[in-house]
Amino acid sequence: MTVADERLARIGVARRLLIRPELGAVVGAVVVFAFFASQSATFRSVEGVANWLDPASTLGIMAVAIALLMIGGEFDLSAGALTGTTGLIMVILATRYGLSIWAAMLVALVAALLIGFVNGLIVVRTKLPSFIVTLGTFLMLQGINLGVTKALTGTVQVSGLRRAEGYEEARALFAGTIPVGGTDFRVAILWWAGVTALATWVLTRTRAGNWIFAVGGDDQAARAVGVPAERTKIALFMTTAVAAWMVGSIMALRFTSVQANSGIGQEFVYIIAAVIGGCLLTGGYGSAVGAAIGAVIFGMADKGIVFAGWDADWFTFFLGAMLLLATLANRFVRRYAEEVRH
Amino acid sequence: MKWTTGLVVAAMLGFSALTGCSGGQADGQGGGEPAGAATASGPAAAEGGTFAVITHAGSGDAFWDVVKNGAEAAGRRYGVTVSYQGDGDPARQSQLVDQAVSQKADGVVVSMANPDALKESVEKAVAAGIPVITINSGGDRSREFGAITHVGQSEEVAGRGAGEKLKAEGVSKLLCVIHEAGNVGLDQRCNGATAGLGGTVERLQVDVGNLADATSKIKARLQSDTSLNGVLTLNPAVAVAARDAIADGGSTAKLGTFDLSADVVTAIKDGEILFAVDQQQYLQGWLPITFLTLYKDNLNTVGGGLPVNTGPGFVTKDNAEQVAKLAESGTR
Repeated sequence: MTVADERLARIGVARRLLIRPELGAVVGAVVVFAFFASQSATFRSVEGVANWLDPASTLGIMAVAIALLMIGGEFDLSAGALTGTTGLIMVILATRYGLSIWAAMLVALVAALLIGFVNGLIVVRTKLPSFIVTLGTFLMLQGINLGVTKALTGTVQVSGLRRAEGYEEARALFAGTIPVGGTDFRVAILWWAGVTALATWVLTRTRAGNWIFAVGGDDQAARAVGVPAERTKIALFMTTAVAAWMVGSIMALRFTSVQANSGIGQEFVYIIAAVIGGCLLTGGYGSAVGAAIGAVIFGMADKGIVFAGWDADWFTFFLGAMLLLATLANRFVRRYAEEVRH
Repeated sequence: MKWTTGLVVAAMLGFSALTGCSGGQADGQGGGEPAGAATASGPAAAEGGTFAVITHAGSGDAFWDVVKNGAEAAGRRYGVTVSYQGDGDPARQSQLVDQAVSQKADGVVVSMANPDALKESVEKAVAAGIPVITINSGGDRSREFGAITHVGQSEEVAGRGAGEKLKAEGVSKLLCVIHEAGNVGLDQRCNGATAGLGGTVERLQVDVGNLADATSKIKARLQSDTSLNGVLTLNPAVAVAARDAIADGGSTAKLGTFDLSADVVTAIKDGEILFAVDQQQYLQGWLPITFLTLYKDNLNTVGGGLPVNTGPGFVTKDNAEQVAKLAESGTR
């Protein structure tokens, strides 16, 4: 059965809830939360929540964009390195060439759009798997990040963003905090919520959303019924690049410095969050909300392990086990949901 | 909903089993500390104090394992709880500091490979009344951020020492091997070595996570430029890789390194490596816990506003024998 059809079928409210791709992630999130909340009082306190929503927010922005791309049937392994590239462009332009933060961010955005466009263009024109194409981009970006940074600055991290014009405003907008209940929450959490809402609206309420599901479900069939498949895919790569720009800017403004190796390795985390959130590796299925919840699970597991005071030597083992369990939960729920449907 | 219910139960069981496992591990390493005591929020923490050590190194790094051993040994000695966390990504490291603050740790020990990125979090800890001690890197910014002291060695000074020693051995053209792309401290060591040597210093970037590749890279560089007559590595694992590269490539380059491991000490005894700059990182784990305990109990501060130096000391053929035993037990 093609997944694109499912939204057209007439089904009851209970069933409609069950076939939501994010249901498994919701169950997983509840389990992970309940578990760590029972282990640590700080974890369930307002401060604790602010703490684990912090990594979840920037991860979530990326995971949602990656989820859209995965629903459209493609991968982007260059997204992690691109957060570093955009951050480096911004900080280098602002600190070495005296541009205002806003101008530097604009240049970084243009660069991100260009890289996303090139990724997309190569994928749709050559029909090479996006896994390979973006792996190539990833390696090139990694080299550029290190090579250009060292050539321009003579060191491996650029800092001093605090002195740039417009820093305070940009920081407040992208990397500030908002006090809620006596605790500072990161403003990036709002961006994350906004990105998730926007992506959900596009996916479920617009023609572009239908196109995304269609090209991810069955590329050829989609083309046959007049879906602009190439444009859709290129737009998805550019969307991911914009998200990477956003996260790169948030990180650079928050830490006022960027390391040449920043973001590397994160690309897999984005994909993991999207998969936990119900996206299929084969495309055509998934949701933005699911990916956002996937990011929450990751944030909770990541910080919960520390809150619970477990030996750090076992850290990645627990993280892996947690991810596996969450993904399994997801799968069982989806299978159950599909049984219900037939 | 049978599937879901069953799964939730299974998941909870699985998690509980994992916790049990972690508790057992903590017992083995923590010398009888109950696993629950590691949770900062519990009342058990109030007895001796809870100190969070947060470094910029991922797990499994030989150097940082010695720091961890030092901190944990001091924790046992003073009857305080020490939690050790590390992450090479400055964003995540700063989040770990935030987390220690929200857990109301009695003290925070942090290595600052990227001081700018940690500024906000460290200052937040200080503002929350939590004493902070910086270790290893970032000593020049430590006071500015409000830390009570810094424990480490000046990378520049240590690098200069290594450069001078290599110069005395007749090295004129040196290869300085950098193993972590984002670490400013490594650059500073190479800068120091350049000053100390007074000759040509070339830099080579390798990945400490892929030593086979590092070996072949160093070998290729030595073979393509035979005028290179010295190699300085900045990590003990890379030192061993460089030793192999020199031997395999038939080069006569002299090799010096930063930091110790059992392998490095053996190689020094065998004359394959000239010296190791020893910053005695065990002290970078032990001393901050000592200082924080003193601060907590008696409001003492150490160093009088100057960093407390743990190095450089040099391990050479003369003292390698004694140090070897200690390196094997993970304290040097």
